[in-house]
Amino acid sequence: MTESETFIVIGAGQAGGRAVEAMRACGFTGRIQLLGAESHLPYERPPLSKKLLTGEVGPQTTYLHDQAFYDDQGIELRLGTDAVAIDRKARTLELSRGETLHYDKLLLTTGARVRRLSIPGATLPGVHYLRNMDDCLAIRERLSEGARLVVIGGGFIGLEAAAAARARGCAVTILEAASLVLNRVAAPEIGRFYEQLHRANGVDICTRVKVLEFTGDGRIEAVVCEGGVTCPADFVIVGVGVEAETKLASDADLDVDNGIVVDHHGRSSDDRIFAAGDVTNHPNEALGRRLRLESWQNAQNQAIAVARVMCGGSEPYRELPWFWSDQYGLNLQMVGLPEDWDQIVMRGDMAAQKFTAFYLRDRLVIGANAVNSPRELRFARMLMEQGARPDPASLADPNIPLKSLLVG
Amino acid sequence: MNETIAADWHCVAKIDEVLEDEPKAVQIGNDYIALYKIDDRFYATDDICTHEFASLAEGFVDGDCIECPLHAGKFHIPTGKAMAAPVTEDIRTYPVKVEGGEIFVNMAKP
Repeated sequence: MTESETFIVIGAGQAGGRAVEAMRACGFTGRIQLLGAESHLPYERPPLSKKLLTGEVGPQTTYLHDQAFYDDQGIELRLGTDAVAIDRKARTLELSRGETLHYDKLLLTTGARVRRLSIPGATLPGVHYLRNMDDCLAIRERLSEGARLVVIGGGFIGLEAAAAARARGCAVTILEAASLVLNRVAAPEIGRFYEQLHRANGVDICTRVKVLEFTGDGRIEAVVCEGGVTCPADFVIVGVGVEAETKLASDADLDVDNGIVVDHHGRSSDDRIFAAGDVTNHPNEALGRRLRLESWQNAQNQAIAVARVMCGGSEPYRELPWFWSDQYGLNLQMVGLPEDWDQIVMRGDMAAQKFTAFYLRDRLVIGANAVNSPRELRFARMLMEQGARPDPASLADPNIPLKSLLVG
Repeated sequence: MNETIAADWHCVAKIDEVLEDEPKAVQIGNDYIALYKIDDRFYATDDICTHEFASLAEGFVDGDCIECPLHAGKFHIPTGKAMAAPVTEDIRTYPVKVEGGEIFVNMAKP
């Protein structure tokens, strides 16, 4: 690593922001350029569907650092800048205004873009997606007492947006295609708990709904569903998932498959090109499979780990997936990405909204979801890291501390 | 001889109320303080994380660090130093003493 090396990071979101911070923290003294298409300083996305949306906090609270930090660290920030093409042979990057930059190592943290509906009326004003700061601020303007919001999609974005809208007095309906909300990420017990929670907070949830079109004269007025059901809407938020932003990588013939394919060091199929965050398809040792993880933790920790590798380190990125969601003052935390569980053990009191659900497969703890129980979740994570097979009755017994179930 | 307890020392808990691995949150006036026990010594820091509004006392003690329950940011308990992202701002610590089986925290401004 010499002083004359140049690292370029493409994508100035959370992953990009944490990566450049970590590079300097590692002692890298070469040139660092961080390019971002958005005009905002690197920021965290979670508040965009929570406190930033309700207006409890302002945009600055989401920024990882202020401009002065990047200046002090000698990190060149180029916001509102699009990278157009990578020339791997020449090790150059072409920008949208024709400028060419040279790199010694490249880090792609280009994240993901929302999946858009292509039904009739999809481009009517008033149909919103929620991914970036500008999306959030636009929706925030619409949140007012009595405004009718229809949310398409019962995943975390949809549920959190619904909760924020209710806090601002909107009349909210959630339309979900599957039979339960959160069905892709949690057991039915948890999906049902969240449906009840939303209904108790005045949200109308309709499941098994197929949305056919948006109608309105110059602006959204209604959402039409199969079966002749029509929901009046003053505005709509669509949250039906994201796709990895891999175009730069695929155009450069890097391996791409539901994300930029990287190893556990974040290295792509090109030795000098790395990737981290939402855009990556990476191996997870704990889960024994590859995955593309859309989480704050991955954006932060994979970025830090990969930055360290770029600076000469050799520690692989190896973490149990962990996630949180805040709705109606309830904190949900999830560890693991359980598939094929054969048993759910409940600890705590669902009615009191303070419980932990353990996912077991052949008595092995493969995941946990905790509502208002962060310390329990921390112990669940340790049980998983140990590959523990605790007695289910003990897991369920609040009088038996989880700590006592740890091995050794 | 009994030492006079200066007004800055506040009695906040009995020593058996704070366990290793189980910090305790206490309120002193308008301040929320987290009390910790590590290797038979007691420590005190601000309870509210410098990152977002979360009670560190509800977090996880990892060696001599406290992990915030919300986003797993870490502080070194004895010094309050921010150790792991996303926390970057150190947490304030307070002198602690134990007398007569009770824990006292000194709230004097430095």
